Amino acid sequence: MVTLYIDDIQVSVEKGSTIFDAAQKVGVYIPTLCHHPELHTFGGCRVCMVEANGKLVTACRAPVTDGMVVRIDAEGARKVQRMVVELLLTKHNEDCQTCVKDSNCKLQEVANYVGITPERMAMLRRSVTEVEIDESNPFFNIDRTRCILCGICIRTCEEINGVTALDFGFRGEHTAVVTMGNKKLAESTCESCGECMERCPTGALARKNYERPNREVKSVCGYCGVGCGIHLGVRGDRVVSVRGDKDNPVNKGQLCVKGRFGYNFVNHPDRLTTPLIKRDGELVEASWDEALDLVASRFKEIIDESGPNALGGISSARCTTEDNYVFTRLIRSLGTNNLDHCARL
Amino acid sequence: MRIKLEPLRQEAVKNWQELQSFGQPIILVGAATCGRASGALDVMAAIGEKMKELEIDAIVRQTGCVGMCHSEVLVDIIKPGRPRITYAKITPELAKELVEDYLVHDNAREDLAICVQGETPDEDLQVRVVMRNCGHIDPNSITDYLAQDGYMGLAKALEMMPQEIIDEVKVSGLRGRGGGGFPAGRKWESCLQVESDQKYVICNADEGDPGAFMDRSVLEGDPHSVIEGMAIAGYAIGASKGILYVRAEYPLAIRQLKIAIEQAKERNLLGENILGSGFSFDLDIFQGAGAFVCGESTALVLSIEGKRGMPKPLPRPRTSEEGLWGKPTLLNNVKTFACVAQIIHRGPDWFKSIGTEKCPGTAVFALTGKVNKCGLIEVPMGIELDKIINEIGGGVAGGRAFKAVQTGGPSGGCLPADMLNLPVDIDSLTAAGSMMGSGGMVVMDDSTCMVDVARYFLEFSLEESCGQCAPCRVGTEQMLTILKDITQGKGREGDIDLLVEMGKAIIDGSICGLGQSAPNPVLSTIRYFRDEYEAHIRDKECPAKACKALITYTIDAEKCQACGRCLKACPTQAITGAKKTPHTIDSDKCDKCGICFSECPDRFAAVLITTGGTESSN
Ligand SMILES: Cc1cc2nc3c(=O)[nH]c(=O)nc-3n(C[C@H](O)[C@H](O)[C@H](O)COP(=O)(O)O)c2cc1C
Ligand code: SF4
Ligand code: SF4
Ligand code: SF4
Ligand code: SF4
Ligand code: SF4
Ligand code: FES
Repeated sequence: MVTLYIDDIQVSVEKGSTIFDAAQKVGVYIPTLCHHPELHTFGGCRVCMVEANGKLVTACRAPVTDGMVVRIDAEGARKVQRMVVELLLTKHNEDCQTCVKDSNCKLQEVANYVGITPERMAMLRRSVTEVEIDESNPFFNIDRTRCILCGICIRTCEEINGVTALDFGFRGEHTAVVTMGNKKLAESTCESCGECMERCPTGALARKNYERPNREVKSVCGYCGVGCGIHLGVRGDRVVSVRGDKDNPVNKGQLCVKGRFGYNFVNHPDRLTTPLIKRDGELVEASWDEALDLVASRFKEIIDESGPNALGGISSARCTTEDNYVFTRLIRSLGTNNLDHCARL
Repeated sequence: MRIKLEPLRQEAVKNWQELQSFGQPIILVGAATCGRASGALDVMAAIGEKMKELEIDAIVRQTGCVGMCHSEVLVDIIKPGRPRITYAKITPELAKELVEDYLVHDNAREDLAICVQGETPDEDLQVRVVMRNCGHIDPNSITDYLAQDGYMGLAKALEMMPQEIIDEVKVSGLRGRGGGGFPAGRKWESCLQVESDQKYVICNADEGDPGAFMDRSVLEGDPHSVIEGMAIAGYAIGASKGILYVRAEYPLAIRQLKIAIEQAKERNLLGENILGSGFSFDLDIFQGAGAFVCGESTALVLSIEGKRGMPKPLPRPRTSEEGLWGKPTLLNNVKTFACVAQIIHRGPDWFKSIGTEKCPGTAVFALTGKVNKCGLIEVPMGIELDKIINEIGGGVAGGRAFKAVQTGGPSGGCLPADMLNLPVDIDSLTAAGSMMGSGGMVVMDDSTCMVDVARYFLEFSLEESCGQCAPCRVGTEQMLTILKDITQGKGREGDIDLLVEMGKAIIDGSICGLGQSAPNPVLSTIRYFRDEYEAHIRDKECPAKACKALITYTIDAEKCQACGRCLKACPTQAITGAKKTPHTIDSDKCDKCGICFSECPDRFAAVLITTGGTESSN
């Protein structure tokens, strides 16, 4: 263990911890923009600057040492922090109201902490680079006027999803998060998992048709056998969002494109709610009894005519494991082993 | 074990002496990139043609850049028993004349000569260590290099213990010539101390500063000196592999290096079991894609690994401990390596006798700008700025007044006239708010606007910023916007303080040397030329009359002789006038190109440039 002093508060942390970790342990706030607990540290935004043993260091990277004296609010550090945030704002879309991250935004949080004054902002020259929003992905957009180049999306794609669809491109004022060859997101290797969007500290990577839920329901994703834990965001009787359950040991909060974005079927008007039976070439609504009777009688006819191996069953990935199990019992009880699953087809 | 260099050397010396006493004239043509740009290859062809035509024999050889770029193409002729004569600004036609006049009619053509026997005209102020062979030997001839005591440093080193070599480098006081000035011996030692199955030696020849070309000249003119230095380093730290990181915009340097590496391999001065010592060392060339930031050590390593060149933030392992592919890597500049072979060969005390105590050795500068003689110079550390500019550089061009000298390129700063007595070394320049950097030195006269100069360098830094850290990326952009505003008369009260505050925050907050030094040109010009900033902001005046938005072109009706030259030349038809009627400029149409100003004959000097309340005529 290493013992250090953060604004005179003594704290002991494990060797190899950073100043940021230690500050968290004693509940001292340090502003951060590019730091993410699940990713490698990057150290690019420079807003976590603190003074350690008289030197300016980035708290998210600097390892603690024994007897270290850390001043979170040292003047030199504050000057860098404030300047960085002010400067980021000169390049940033001003319209928070239309942003999905409004009131839940890291940049707002940090700006609020460092203290932005209209007088100071009036001295600086604003220049938001005009770039079209990339709306090519069906589930989320990337609006570079709200991007602070924290690189979290890049590291997420590489470290969490293993896809590396994103990287920094260009240099200087043209630096941007881009795909290979600066193509649209939809034309890149992106798998639309949305992990980057989940971690983006600003509204740069933003869910399309975002609606904020008014309650959440804990559940398990029904798409495949992995069984990722999810929180369904519900508004009234509609499912309006899904987020991964961080406490679930299976997925630790991560989801794939289907689990995260494929929830529209729940409230979709085309969703089947009763069985349909084809009568005179037309599918018409029927009761469950009618439908089950029909299936049972046709099974019987087929078995009588051609034997049980003329039958087979294909189950669905959208059913729970229990449902699928019961289904296998059912089909085998008819005397056939012709069983398969749509996830294998 | 005896290192077997002697036979090679003796043969080379014999060759060299034969060459000098062959009874034939020797013609040397400076054919580095600067010479070639001025037509050196055409000159060589013309010489060949003329010799054939006249049926005379002479040895024609190409050589590297001596540094007198103001006088390219340079041709040296050594007639047997005569001193060596250097001819300047030779065209193919002049070359033909020269061959005929001197070689046939024995007319030495003093009208074309720039100096006789000696090194360069300002020989006594310059000391050649790094560039000792540039312009004298044929870079494609390893025997030329061997005859100049080449590879003697390596041969000697191979008989020493690695630690002994490092101690000599430490004693010599050699500091890195790539900008940082880090003691070379200490860096080598830390590489030696790390245990590893593989280590690398990398030569940094990225040279990205605008206007800097000393590394290129060394590689083009004396590639073996760098190769030898790298091999010594490899032996000293225990590395078997070296990489020359050369920017792809240096095709000639790359070619010369390739030839030199082949020749060294053929003679077992590179490769397996060098000179029977048991030490093996291979060299590869890696071509950089020309990003300035890739000259930074960690970015350079990433770029060799095929990744985006972005400097790694602190804390991080040192490159000397964990560099290329995670292995201990020694990175030094071209000139640093070029010094090493001679330090080993001639001993550290010799090196220490040059320059200052804290900065032994020489500094190589690319002297450019408004100075009479531009080019590469090599001077002992500690020489006064004044001597460089007024003696070696021949003073400010066009008889104008000296205003400032910019050193260190985009990382450096501008020093005013009252600092001309400053002894120049790595530390003194930093203390004065500038930098030695890689050795750019731009002289400015009174027609240069200091705000505009700061803007120019900042623009470069912004373009070359890798963009990963916010202070550098958005900070330099903001400073640049403010500077542009100031030069356009849109500066605001408070801007200067804002620039200073922001500059300091960028220096404190940035990850690498690029951001940490990008504000220097602005901060140093504010420090020494604050009144010029104030004039722009308060009086909307550019004292140097350089900022277009703040100047007006008018014609003095009394002086105008209605010759009509300006009217014809004006590209925007802003000038009206008739015979015997003084001309006038319509300021709405005037584009401020300044063509009328230069067209108006000096004896009339009727075109005036005014800014705020002042005016000047040509
Ligand atoms: C932005 C930046 C660009 C650099 N460019 C070069 C370069 O072109 N050549 C060079 O030798 N060093 C360059 N350096 C310095 C290198 O990082 C490194 O310090 C140097 O190559 C070490 O060699 P030395 O000890 O021999 O000077 C650069 C540094 C920075 C921060
Ligand atoms: S990301 Fe959105 S909410 Fe955050 S500051 Fe930008 S516009 Fe405002
Ligand atoms: S959605 Fe997933 S795959 Fe696509 S860029 Fe983001 S993290 Fe990478
Ligand atoms: S898109 Fe979001 S996560 Fe990616 S760099 Fe920009 S702000 Fe950071
Ligand atoms: S200081 Fe500039 S060049 Fe250096 S790492 Fe930061 S953004 Fe990149
Ligand atoms: S060039 Fe000079 S002298 Fe001639 S018309 Fe123009 S201002 Fe008059
Ligand atoms: S949070 Fe530490 S540098 Fe960004």
